[in-house]
Amino acid sequence: MEIEKRVVELSDRLQYIQDIFGGRENANIALMRSRLGEFAARADAPPGEKAQMLRQLEDLFGFLEKKLDEELTPMDRVRIVRHPARVSLKDILENVYDNYTEIGGQDEYSIDPSMLIARAYITRRKGDKVINQPVMVIGQEKGHGQEFRNGGSVKPWGNAKALQYMKVAETERIPIHTYVFTPGAYPVEDFPGAAQQIARNLYEMGGLRVPVVSVISEGGSGGAEAIGLSDVRLMLSHGYYSVISPEGAAAIEAGIRQGQRVSPDLIEACAKRLNITAADNLRMGYIDKVVDEPDLGARPHHYDFFKDLRQEVVRATDQVFLGVAGFKLFRALVASRRKTEDAEGMFVRWTLDEAAADRLVWKRYCKYRRMAETAFRDSRPSGARIASRAQSLLWSGYSFLRYDFLGKNFKKLAKTVGDLEAEARLVANRLAAPLRRSRDKNAPVACDPEKSRMLVELSQPEQGACLEEFGWRYVSPKAAEDKAVSCPEAKTYGCPDLWAPDLYGDFAGVCVHCGHHFPMEYQWVLGNVFDPDSVVEYDADIEAGNPLDYPGFDAKLEAAKEKTGRKSACVSLDAKIDGIKLTSAVLYSAFRGGSVGAAEGEKFIRALARARRRHFPFLAYVHGTAGIRIQESLNGLIQMPRVTLAVRRYIETGGLYVVLYDTNSYAGPVASFLGCSPYQFSVRSANIGFAGPGVIKETTGIDIPPDYHRAHNALARGHIQGIWDRREIRKNLKQVLLTIGGRNLYYR
Amino acid sequence: MIDVKALLEQIKASPYEEIVVEAPHTGVVRFAGIEPGTRVTATSGTYGEKPGTLLAKLTREHNDKPLFADAKGVVGEVSRDLEGKFVEAGTKLAVIRHFLSKDEVIAAILRQVLYLFTAPERAKYYFIPSVDKKVKASGPHAVKVQSGMELFIVSRMKREKPLVYEGPEGIIYAVYFQHDQNVDQGAPLVGVCPASQTSLIQDVVNRVRTDWEERE
Repeated sequence: MEIEKRVVELSDRLQYIQDIFGGRENANIALMRSRLGEFAARADAPPGEKAQMLRQLEDLFGFLEKKLDEELTPMDRVRIVRHPARVSLKDILENVYDNYTEIGGQDEYSIDPSMLIARAYITRRKGDKVINQPVMVIGQEKGHGQEFRNGGSVKPWGNAKALQYMKVAETERIPIHTYVFTPGAYPVEDFPGAAQQIARNLYEMGGLRVPVVSVISEGGSGGAEAIGLSDVRLMLSHGYYSVISPEGAAAIEAGIRQGQRVSPDLIEACAKRLNITAADNLRMGYIDKVVDEPDLGARPHHYDFFKDLRQEVVRATDQVFLGVAGFKLFRALVASRRKTEDAEGMFVRWTLDEAAADRLVWKRYCKYRRMAETAFRDSRPSGARIASRAQSLLWSGYSFLRYDFLGKNFKKLAKTVGDLEAEARLVANRLAAPLRRSRDKNAPVACDPEKSRMLVELSQPEQGACLEEFGWRYVSPKAAEDKAVSCPEAKTYGCPDLWAPDLYGDFAGVCVHCGHHFPMEYQWVLGNVFDPDSVVEYDADIEAGNPLDYPGFDAKLEAAKEKTGRKSACVSLDAKIDGIKLTSAVLYSAFRGGSVGAAEGEKFIRALARARRRHFPFLAYVHGTAGIRIQESLNGLIQMPRVTLAVRRYIETGGLYVVLYDTNSYAGPVASFLGCSPYQFSVRSANIGFAGPGVIKETTGIDIPPDYHRAHNALARGHIQGIWDRREIRKNLKQVLLTIGGRNLYYR
Repeated sequence: MIDVKALLEQIKASPYEEIVVEAPHTGVVRFAGIEPGTRVTATSGTYGEKPGTLLAKLTREHNDKPLFADAKGVVGEVSRDLEGKFVEAGTKLAVIRHFLSKDEVIAAILRQVLYLFTAPERAKYYFIPSVDKKVKASGPHAVKVQSGMELFIVSRMKREKPLVYEGPEGIIYAVYFQHDQNVDQGAPLVGVCPASQTSLIQDVVNRVRTDWEERE
């Protein structure tokens, strides 16, 4: 009986190996198979001999597994994390924590069974005392292939639940451990919306006043970011963490349409190019530590792995607490140097005071700010860089003097003066009351004769009173073509064809019959929305690069640079709207679809910092973005939390952050630094969403209506706050600056 | 009395509908690789988002406007002589032979042999209780109708009023409305045929269902 069980175990191991090698033939696998076959053929051997043979066979399996582990390709690792035998969050809860209660779910009875939340504790010793240290555990549950878990692909409401319990942990002041086991978020737009909810999660996690430690096993793009923003990021050695699945990248690379299949070789190559393994991510600095797994990946029976994992998460949590604690002396030093196995030998209380929490949030911001700093090209000479640095320091100093030091005192003074004035006015009013009473109420009102003439007479057209300034300052080059253009809504509304010079010139690309907005260049907004000659561009030398040396991408980048005459997909500028100064970052679609990489993220952050220093409102004008630039892999993906943290810092210090979408905006940027804005507006006929129709069809099997991502539907779902006509952007922006920004446009 | 059998024979003799594709507006025609015999598809997709096969492009004021097939079938003839020429709106460009499906044949037969009584306004319709009982007990064929007979209850916004049947005498062959569902104005409510023809019609419909060869 015992022998049979062990044989079954061995054949399971062999099957697992065959699965993760994806049917690739290998001498070691063949050897294992033949030796197992030989053993099975000797069924009639005496038990003693059989036991001996089995021991040898097990040793051989162990040895060969070690050898095979060294041969694993990135794509094999992808197959490992997706294998139903892979450890899941429930196994971790059972084996890493000492006790736990699952919150808000029992198998399929949950708002989203793919998101698992539990309150757990870790028991530690402090001298003779035993102390239970509580944590909030949040993560995706793949459930060893249970269908209702949806493979760990979390729906928007699952992410909302995760956020809710992060806030609970913050209230209870307990640390959060997140476990990332997701191939990506489930791309539906129903409220709260895949993109918008991830953005909300990122924004809130940026300010969580309790430590967050994340462990990444399968980090699939936006879904991973939804719970992945943390103070310490651990990664399992056989996991992957990527901006897109290798299959998705291969499909884009091959440029194939829906339903067609990509060759496995290309998928394999893409997995390599994307630098998705734990070692790659550690090298690039996007994770802090790799947790070693047993050969060929951790499975539920690897109890030693759980022991190691426990030590690692405890150590990481200790480190975060000690890193911000006021009083730590030697413990911080020891914590950083001690070996994994004695993590529990030293006690650290998992509590924070207010000052430590402030330090924690600041450290988190700095941690992300430093990431991907080498992933873009800065072609400025070092002198210019130093000058720019000095200038920002000067601005910081000026800003401090003007707004914090003098500004505060002036405000106090103004308040006192205002109060005194109001008092004086009241007294004067009371004193003058008898005089007013004695005045004759029916006496004729004296009026300026010129003013009354202007009020009663007709205006004089020849004086230009009825003439309005007409025409646009910037006229699209499309208006120079002599041709007619058909409106795409003509079938529904019967729109007549429009002559291009009319449509793109006078009508600003708007169908006069149905109001459909044709896409226009981003220059149209720069030229017609901002005051004439007020646009000052800066940081233009920050250049999109190819940090991973993705094959063939350099040529594509060069082509984009040549086509647009710019160096990245982001334009940062200072401008004025009717005299009101503002800072703006423009993402435009002509440069690689407006995709966001390290350069674009950096420019966005710098623009936000500039707005913060100068106390200007900030406008993110998204002419179009296709998402994160996949060729940069994690260097691009990390811009999601990175820029969101910068947005949070700007808003927290009192800034007004307005987002305006035009044409098509999808994926990563919408699911982070754009979607987190409380004031998002859209130009009519724009599309806003998480994943495009093709991806939705492929991942969910749902056929979506053609207008699924239209701005009007986004408004109806509560994702954006308003829809503007292109011809009224200037007027509406001014209105927003006046009403939302308030009198000082900046201060709350 | 209509000769149903003759009608069926007639449809069998030409089992397709010829759809003439005309230029929707003026312009210079350029045909897109279609020849007589080319198979074309109609608009498809759950939301009708996928256009049919491209038949031609009409260029008007430098604007290439595509012309898509809106029925499935085989191209019968193409006015190739117009290639590259300016045409007026309404000019015949091509003919699509759309082979009739079973349902279309049955609908075509029923359209000719049944009298369709249509809804006078958008509302919910019910049979009056006595008729309703009969329909539920023995099917609509058991109900004899004649002009002036009170047959329906029209229910709209909680107001109900009777509706009188006007039309030839006969029995109800088909009922086209459903309980609690709104019926648009002009949509048929019931199909009526002479009592003697029911079995004949049923027979033909059955024959179509079993024998009709769908050509594509």
